[in-house]
Amino acid sequence: MTATRKLTMAQAIAEGIAQEMERDPKVFVMGEDIGKYGGIFGATGGLLDKFGKDRIMDTPISETAFIGAATGAAAAGMRPIVELMFVDFFGVCMDQIYNHLAKNIYMAGGNIKLPVVLTTAIGGGYNDAAQHSQCLYATFAHMPGIKVVVPSNAYDAKGLMIQAIRDDNPVMFMYHKGIMGLPWMAYFEGSSNDVPQESYTIPFGQAKVVREGRDVTIVTLSQMVHKALLAADELARQGVNAEVIDLRTLVPLDRNAVLKSVAKTGRLLIADEDYLGFGMTGEISAIVAENLDSLSLKAPVRRLAVPNVPIPYSRPLEQFVIPQVKGIVEAAQQLAKARVGERMVA
Amino acid sequence: MQPTKEKLLWMYEKMVEIRDYEETMANVYMEGKLPPNIQKGLAFDIGSGPVPGEMHLAAGQEPVAVGTCAHLGKEDTVVGTHRPHHFAIAKGVPLDTMTAEMFGKAAGLGKGKGGHMHLFDPEHKFSCSGIIGASLPPACGAGLAAKKMGKNWVAVAFFGEGAANQGSFHESLNLAALWHLPVIFICEDNKWAISVPKSEATSVAWVADRASAYGIPGIKVAHNDATEVYQAVGPAVERARRGEGPTLIEVKTDRYLGHFQGDPEVYRPKDEVAELRKADPIGKLAGDLKGRSMMTDDEEKAIVTRAKKRVADAFDFARKSAYPAARDALNDVFVAA
Repeated sequence: MTATRKLTMAQAIAEGIAQEMERDPKVFVMGEDIGKYGGIFGATGGLLDKFGKDRIMDTPISETAFIGAATGAAAAGMRPIVELMFVDFFGVCMDQIYNHLAKNIYMAGGNIKLPVVLTTAIGGGYNDAAQHSQCLYATFAHMPGIKVVVPSNAYDAKGLMIQAIRDDNPVMFMYHKGIMGLPWMAYFEGSSNDVPQESYTIPFGQAKVVREGRDVTIVTLSQMVHKALLAADELARQGVNAEVIDLRTLVPLDRNAVLKSVAKTGRLLIADEDYLGFGMTGEISAIVAENLDSLSLKAPVRRLAVPNVPIPYSRPLEQFVIPQVKGIVEAAQQLAKARVGERMVA
Repeated sequence: MQPTKEKLLWMYEKMVEIRDYEETMANVYMEGKLPPNIQKGLAFDIGSGPVPGEMHLAAGQEPVAVGTCAHLGKEDTVVGTHRPHHFAIAKGVPLDTMTAEMFGKAAGLGKGKGGHMHLFDPEHKFSCSGIIGASLPPACGAGLAAKKMGKNWVAVAFFGEGAANQGSFHESLNLAALWHLPVIFICEDNKWAISVPKSEATSVAWVADRASAYGIPGIKVAHNDATEVYQAVGPAVERARRGEGPTLIEVKTDRYLGHFQGDPEVYRPKDEVAELRKADPIGKLAGDLKGRSMMTDDEEKAIVTRAKKRVADAFDFARKSAYPAARDALNDVFVAA
């Protein structure tokens, strides 16, 4: 590998896009405020100066039109990257995303390619309320036809972005605002890390064991990885040895990584910033439940997620509904003491 | 339709109140968000301080709010935007509970659950949304409800010029025109959709020209002037009350501050706002009132003092109010069935 430098996740994403744009003239970017502004969350910083307005295209506030146009341009042979500023804004353009971008390949019997990367900002924790704070990755993972990438750090983000651009299928690339390394929002410093200058890819569907442990498995992704690592530090001080798994992509999902870790620890905690009901935590739990013939649990599965309420504005309310480090520590401790068939200490 | 002295003085006082509210909020918002009391390396922390999250302020955009709301009563509906304070204040939303909402307090309009982009005051028939173009459909609904109930109430949808490129704009204009709904669609053209200027995002110079596509009147207000807005909106409200259907009005206005507070505004010419402020609409209306002997210096002083006290009292109320209990987050997803 060539030299590395410490980059923020935003810088790493922009660098990955730039390297693919240099390599392939078919790659271009559309979205709101992605030009002069460099993207509200910095994911296209510096690209306008490098590539000009023909390839870095600020759009009107017309998501149905420009996301639909990405599908059309991809079908016609281009490789568009298109930004939905906040994932919460999917409401104004969902038909183009899930009825068209996600389904056209299948309905065409696999006879078309749709190399679209749909980038979008996710996550709360900074009091932006119910229309600007959701994660919603499970919503997109639930509906067949879109790959879902949710990185937790700069190194992964660059490799996954290049992988996404080279994929001939629609990929949703979801970056949490609170790990982008923005100068105007608190972030987890572990999200900025060493990134090689050269181009590289990270295959989809490969989770990463970011901390090895033997007592309890914590499955998570995105910003919650950093909370889980802080929780694991605290748990270690309390004598509980936690293993932390960063899923990195939800579609495809690395089921084996989950099963392998749970087979070792026998205890599973899933920590998620998305909604609890019908979501990622339920999916991971089901995978384990379906494999209880080949592995055994020492304690019931435990889930932490937003308890099926919209994200509230007020700080104490938001801090209560989004899982925090302290909550992960407490839940893991309860798991470590719990036994299958016994009532868990609440 | 000329405003009476009483209307002119009301508009002046409300504009003073709105400007003071926005300037006070701009200061309060920065509390706790700057070094050294934030994460090392940050220039600003959006999630800190007594009023966290995004903050979109409307200093400079007062005329469109007061010139419109001067024609409305309590039974008329107003749907605002993500930049909603000037509309809310002009519509009569109480300052104390509105401000408490922005402080995330239990006494707030939405018990702290909504925040500044999501203000709901059913008593004064005001609401708003953080989603661009989201004001137009519910205003159609309010108009439809008034029609079904046999009332001559009207609904106003405010939206920015950037929203005129959303599907909801076109769908709502068609629906309101088709059903002759009592709705006034008011486009605030402040020239900027965050960093993208109107000239680079909109296919026509005047959004009002799009009215012809739906067979409804399209009215242009060329200056950021409360009296001009008043004159343009009056006939549209009357037309709506008579059951003759919707009107689209576009008002040129000026955004003095960033898209949100903390916006570095790298996209905007440095001297643009200084130029805009030279033609400030509040000073202009004060000059008109005095020139026409409708306001003395002493009366002006009394109005400003009164307006500023209301704002100060509201911020004081909000600061002193209590936060909701954390577990209250679990309530209010549904009302009782």
